[in-house]
Amino acid sequence: MDHIAIADQDDESHHPNSFFSKYIWSQDHKVIAIQYSITAIAVGLVALVLSGLMRLQLGFPDQFSFIDPSNYLQFVTMHGMIMVIYLLTALLLGGFGNYLIPLMVGTRDMVFPYLNMLSYWTYLLAVIVLMMSFFVSGGPTGGGWTLYPPQTILPGTPGSDLGIIFMLISLAIFIVAFTMGGLNYVTTILQARAKGMTLMRMPLSIWGIFIATILGLFAFPALLVSAIMMMFDKLLATSFFMPAIYSLGENLQHTGGSPILFQHLFWFFGHPEVYIVALPAFGMVSDVISIHARKNIFGYRMMVWAIVAIGGLSFVVWAHHMYVSGMNPYFGFFFATTTLIIAVPTAIKVYNWLLTLWRGNIHLTIPMLFAIGFIFTFTHGGLTGLFLGNVVVDLPLSDTFFVVAHFHMVMGVSPIMVLFAAIYHWFPLLTGRFLNNKLGKIHFWGTFLGTYAIYLPMHYLGFLGVPRRYFALGDTDFIPASAQTLNASISVSAIIVGMIQLIFIINLIWSVFKGKKSGPNPWHANSLEWHTPQCPPIHGNWGEKLPEVHRWAYDYSVPGVKDDFIPQNLSQQQVVLLDENDISGNSGEKNS
Amino acid sequence: MKLLTILMEKPWLTPDYDVNQVNSVQNDQSKIGKTALLFFLMVVTILFLLITVTFLTRSQYYDFQALAGQPWLPFTQPKQLWLNTASLIVASLTLQLAVMYSKKMKVDVSLIFVSFATVFSCLFIIGQLLVWQKLTNTGYFIDSNPANSYFYLYTGLHGLHLFGGIFALVRVLAVFFRRTDPKRFSKNLSLCAVYWHYLLLVWILLFLLLTATEDTYKTIALICGF
Repeated sequence: MDHIAIADQDDESHHPNSFFSKYIWSQDHKVIAIQYSITAIAVGLVALVLSGLMRLQLGFPDQFSFIDPSNYLQFVTMHGMIMVIYLLTALLLGGFGNYLIPLMVGTRDMVFPYLNMLSYWTYLLAVIVLMMSFFVSGGPTGGGWTLYPPQTILPGTPGSDLGIIFMLISLAIFIVAFTMGGLNYVTTILQARAKGMTLMRMPLSIWGIFIATILGLFAFPALLVSAIMMMFDKLLATSFFMPAIYSLGENLQHTGGSPILFQHLFWFFGHPEVYIVALPAFGMVSDVISIHARKNIFGYRMMVWAIVAIGGLSFVVWAHHMYVSGMNPYFGFFFATTTLIIAVPTAIKVYNWLLTLWRGNIHLTIPMLFAIGFIFTFTHGGLTGLFLGNVVVDLPLSDTFFVVAHFHMVMGVSPIMVLFAAIYHWFPLLTGRFLNNKLGKIHFWGTFLGTYAIYLPMHYLGFLGVPRRYFALGDTDFIPASAQTLNASISVSAIIVGMIQLIFIINLIWSVFKGKKSGPNPWHANSLEWHTPQCPPIHGNWGEKLPEVHRWAYDYSVPGVKDDFIPQNLSQQQVVLLDENDISGNSGEKNS
Repeated sequence: MKLLTILMEKPWLTPDYDVNQVNSVQNDQSKIGKTALLFFLMVVTILFLLITVTFLTRSQYYDFQALAGQPWLPFTQPKQLWLNTASLIVASLTLQLAVMYSKKMKVDVSLIFVSFATVFSCLFIIGQLLVWQKLTNTGYFIDSNPANSYFYLYTGLHGLHLFGGIFALVRVLAVFFRRTDPKRFSKNLSLCAVYWHYLLLVWILLFLLLTATEDTYKTIALICGF
């Protein structure tokens, strides 16, 4: 059978022929990826500002009259939801997934380009609806990012009138957008790979994105179901989750619903969501480490199996978020056990990253710095996860700053370190230029050290028993006054780290126009995306002929080969071997 | 087993075998459609499955009153629901016939069956709306009982999925009239037919669930450990 790429089939022509169809209403996966990324980063900056406002209140209570308890809770809620869903999920899968999948598997585009385009515009609509909630009467919801009923939809909680409705509608729209994109990613990976690209020859970035997308497709329905049912409870007075309850002295007509049901549904989505964010990051960091250490990834198969195993296990650990909800002790034991089990494949990945670095030719480029930084922050966050996964340790630490520190290290800072690594790494592919190195180093060290200045002391605050989500601590006997000093220090660090991100944004904009030209394949990488006829790749990616794949993506520093990398599309006959003079010359140098 | 074989491959040991011998996918349009549909159906299955888990849990609470069992309950003799079910069965069958004729390149006959399928699908949706009307006329509002709430939720979501299917079917027709490619029409139609059969299966399961008695719920919940 002839190998005809989707975009080459005459009935699927979607070549852009105007500015509008090229840059706005585009069906090109690369343009859609950039649209996703810009929107996600923009909305992420809003969330960053919200966290700054939170920290101002926590560090310097009663100093800022425009922050009251209500809008503090709104900042907390919107910061969490935006960061987890609208920034990380959208940027990792909508942004990097869209850009990398067709290029790395060697196809011209996603299999459903129109659906892909629709996915972005639906995502944008979800973001707009969410942002609109800032401007409705009562403001956005302040019920916490977990949106637990009954309090989220009852009077007294900020945004319980319109804010929560906008949030639920926005989430539903987002899930529709994700499903459209997700079906595209999965189908493209399974059905549109280049000749010779077996699943086990795919770079780990694609494995991470692939499994994360499947997790998203299977986990987001739980959020959709809970959003719809909560919307019914709010607007139609049903009692799915709402118990028989008095509110502000009034007996509401709800009867016997179960808030715990909502918690189960939410976390059935919520825990896989951690891995929806983490798995693409795991994949991308593996590629960055291997390329910048000039060494094949250690234990490729084990890395793939670990990604698959983590994906499967992520669906059976959700109730470790609910130990304090009053569950059967056997139930708690089961979920503590599964939580410990999921640490095994995760630890395998960490060891393999370290063993890839071991005796590698490590180039301390900016992407590599961020990748190594990730290993630190992720190990740190993962280890505190082992504390919280155990019921007896979790109970006293639940709802304290220890939890906040843990999840920020593991799914806030760590994926963001990988995102930065990935942006610095793939920026030359997008633009043909490098990001500025000096600004990049300032950015890395400021972010890496700064996040430790924020989150290490936060663990200690958690041990002291400082609760999360509180507007102010007031007079609390068990919390010493020095905790407030620590809080102030954390806030100063947070604001500095926030400001440092501006350096990155400036670097990003400046380098698009003025950055040092990179030429094709500046990192000497093997994977297909660096071997398009043009760099940056143009619409259709591959010119007249699609690439053929002859090997995996990790042939670095192969003995007896002239270059220290062998691209995936190079056949054995095309590989240039070292001649005898080279070999004797090298050994002579070594001897001298 | 195939998955295991794939995952056991040692990619670092296999450079440069003939690319034509390597298991590679072929950008086959029908396989692409099937894969996408398969994943979509899995997503929809999870959606209904999760609601059903909450339904079975909720059915064990004191305020839950089943809609069938006693003679005065609306679904003890659900005539309208039977009629609706018959409509959906006819829609599903006629769509399958349309696929069969399209494969034989008898597009005219196929189009007639597609029209039948569309009409009967619409009849199903109208029938469901009539059930809603009857329920509200007899005091079974969405908020008066959790069983009612679930009935409206389930049937609403199922109807929305069918409505989406009709939209897709119309698009398949539009593409056919624009390009007059009978092979592609047949492939697209067969995907629609799979979706219709799936929705019929979901509806039959929902029908059984929503018209069951309290004792049945108790038994299911006991077996499932709710």
